[in-house]
Amino acid sequence: MAGRSLYQKVWDTHEVRRLASGQSQLFIDLHLIHEVTSPQAFGMLRELGLKVAMPHRTFATVDHIVPTDARDEPFADPLAQAMIEELRKNTREHGIELFDVGSGRQGIVHVVGPEQGLTQPGFTIVCGDSHTSTHGAFGAIAFGIGTTQVRDVLATQTVAMPRLKVRRINVNGELKPGVSAKDVILHIIRTLGVKGGQGYAYEYGGAVIDNMTMEERMTVCNMSIEGGARIGYVNPDETTFAFLKGRPYAPAEDEWEEAVAHWRSLASDPDAEYDDVVEIDGSQIAPYVTWGINPGQAISIEENVPDPAKVPAEEAALVEEALDYMKLRPGQPIKGQKIDVAFIGSCTNGRLSDLRQAARVVQAVGDKVAAGVRALVVPGSEQVARQAEAEGLDKVFRDAGFEWRYAGCSMCLAMNPDKLVGDEISISSSNRNFKGRQGSPQGRTLLASPAMVAAAALAGEVVDVREILGVEA
Amino acid sequence: MEAIKQVRGRAVVIPGDEIDTDRIIPARYLKAVTFDGLGEALFYDERYDEAGNPKDHPLNRPERQGASVMVVGAGFGSGSSREHAPQAIKRAGFEAIIGESFAEIFFGNATQIGLVCVTLDPEDLGVLAEWVEANPEGEVEVDLEAREVRFGGRVAPLAIREAAREALVSGRWDPLAELMEAIDEIKNIDATRPGPGKRGGYRSLA
Repeated sequence: MAGRSLYQKVWDTHEVRRLASGQSQLFIDLHLIHEVTSPQAFGMLRELGLKVAMPHRTFATVDHIVPTDARDEPFADPLAQAMIEELRKNTREHGIELFDVGSGRQGIVHVVGPEQGLTQPGFTIVCGDSHTSTHGAFGAIAFGIGTTQVRDVLATQTVAMPRLKVRRINVNGELKPGVSAKDVILHIIRTLGVKGGQGYAYEYGGAVIDNMTMEERMTVCNMSIEGGARIGYVNPDETTFAFLKGRPYAPAEDEWEEAVAHWRSLASDPDAEYDDVVEIDGSQIAPYVTWGINPGQAISIEENVPDPAKVPAEEAALVEEALDYMKLRPGQPIKGQKIDVAFIGSCTNGRLSDLRQAARVVQAVGDKVAAGVRALVVPGSEQVARQAEAEGLDKVFRDAGFEWRYAGCSMCLAMNPDKLVGDEISISSSNRNFKGRQGSPQGRTLLASPAMVAAAALAGEVVDVREILGVEA
Repeated sequence: MEAIKQVRGRAVVIPGDEIDTDRIIPARYLKAVTFDGLGEALFYDERYDEAGNPKDHPLNRPERQGASVMVVGAGFGSGSSREHAPQAIKRAGFEAIIGESFAEIFFGNATQIGLVCVTLDPEDLGVLAEWVEANPEGEVEVDLEAREVRFGGRVAPLAIREAAREALVSGRWDPLAELMEAIDEIKNIDATRPGPGKRGGYRSLA
């Protein structure tokens, strides 16, 4: 018998039964909730007269709507205040643990889960947020769900889900200096397309992934959904176990060895069969920047923006639409593109190592944020903020003219007051460059790694971070 | 919960590929604790300028008012998992979306609230879109039992994930009641599985 992938093993152990439709009823080990996609679910429970079945498997935090410039309540936005109050009420009423603002544990839900040790290998994890795929970095099967499914999990600790195919993506070789995990995932999305992952779970492997830290793996898995894959994961290994050891919700000391033995057994078998296998040469990846209105519209810093006249006919309309919206010239270099705003943060790149990399660039340049550029650093969680401050990173940023903020999703999706204005163009370490994504219907977004964002903030334009760090391309 | 076997109605074409959920419903409309009123915010930034004046958008055209079938391109509903997107479409009066392909989470969310999403091959979809543009009064019929889309005397075979089709035609598209049937078994799994901050469960699995 052929070996099984981690996806198959985890699915098989969590399938309660097959539903009449043919979908699986899947047991959920960990359910994460936040203020935006859960209130309607609690409302539905109330209407049906149901209780939360297993409150010990649901954890809440507040991230999307929280202001990051000040924490005084009531918030300036009464709608935001109403949402946080609703989450407090719902979690209190149903006995769910809430990592509230000021608790020291609040933050973006996908930063908080791993840092608290809630996220563990072999878990099924859901959240009403598409970037739940982040948790796959630990060898969890983690995916975003809608609010009606949030209701289903609250009521039954299960969801109805179709079983996906599995595509193994080997990122081989070694990354060049100055190339980050963000560049790897942007390269994968560009290669396979934004729809390439539909119907698939992505299993990332190969030497480049093996050598990544957990935070880098989280960046890769985070953007699986941008490639159309609802799930992306990495097999658990020593790096995973070392990260988890001692975290508040990780297995206790006396259970640790058993947990690790179990986790090891879940990794894909060497002879596992995949529905598809893709090989990527890691040494060919350069720092990336997006130029368009979906994350697949990305080019390396060395390339020029495409010309609709020179792309395949079926792509021309989308390229034209993107260039028109972005106000970029066909064939122009992306290097040298002026920027108005620089945003460092989000569930993709708002962790301590991301802030360290950005700060390293700031220190290497020894300059200030360019005149006329608004630059924000928003830590992914209160814990990340605390650690960064202990290392003096906040001072590095502040001294250079960046704003140092409180934790939240902030300008990734601009549900709080952090927004682009008019047709401002931002370079952003977040995950989506959709039209209007950063809060202005005409706002424009260039996605890049935190180091590239920091470098652009100082230069006032898109630059090659490798030149700044003095590494060879 | 009613069985959804056929949807029939006038249609509107929303042109373009990769229409993401931020476009379908901008994030600022997610600042609410209910789904009420989302229908009016559907495609807001594409339909209205910043002063709130209507732009030339298919959904604003008088002849498309009351349409219940939406015709879209490829990769519709990409991005965020916000159920607000299909909720807004449904609350604006739509019962079915016909496209080339749908993003995974959007498709699942739509199906669970009884909003039918089916795909046609690109050629048939092009013919349908052209016909709808030329025939604002014409009705399009999505037949999940016969697995076909009918319009203006034409018939095109539709595709949909079989589990979703089965759930819709059998009236089980909202799975909650079916999920709850297994609650005793679920409680057993909860008791034996490890969990965050929960002691026990690893030894039995190791």
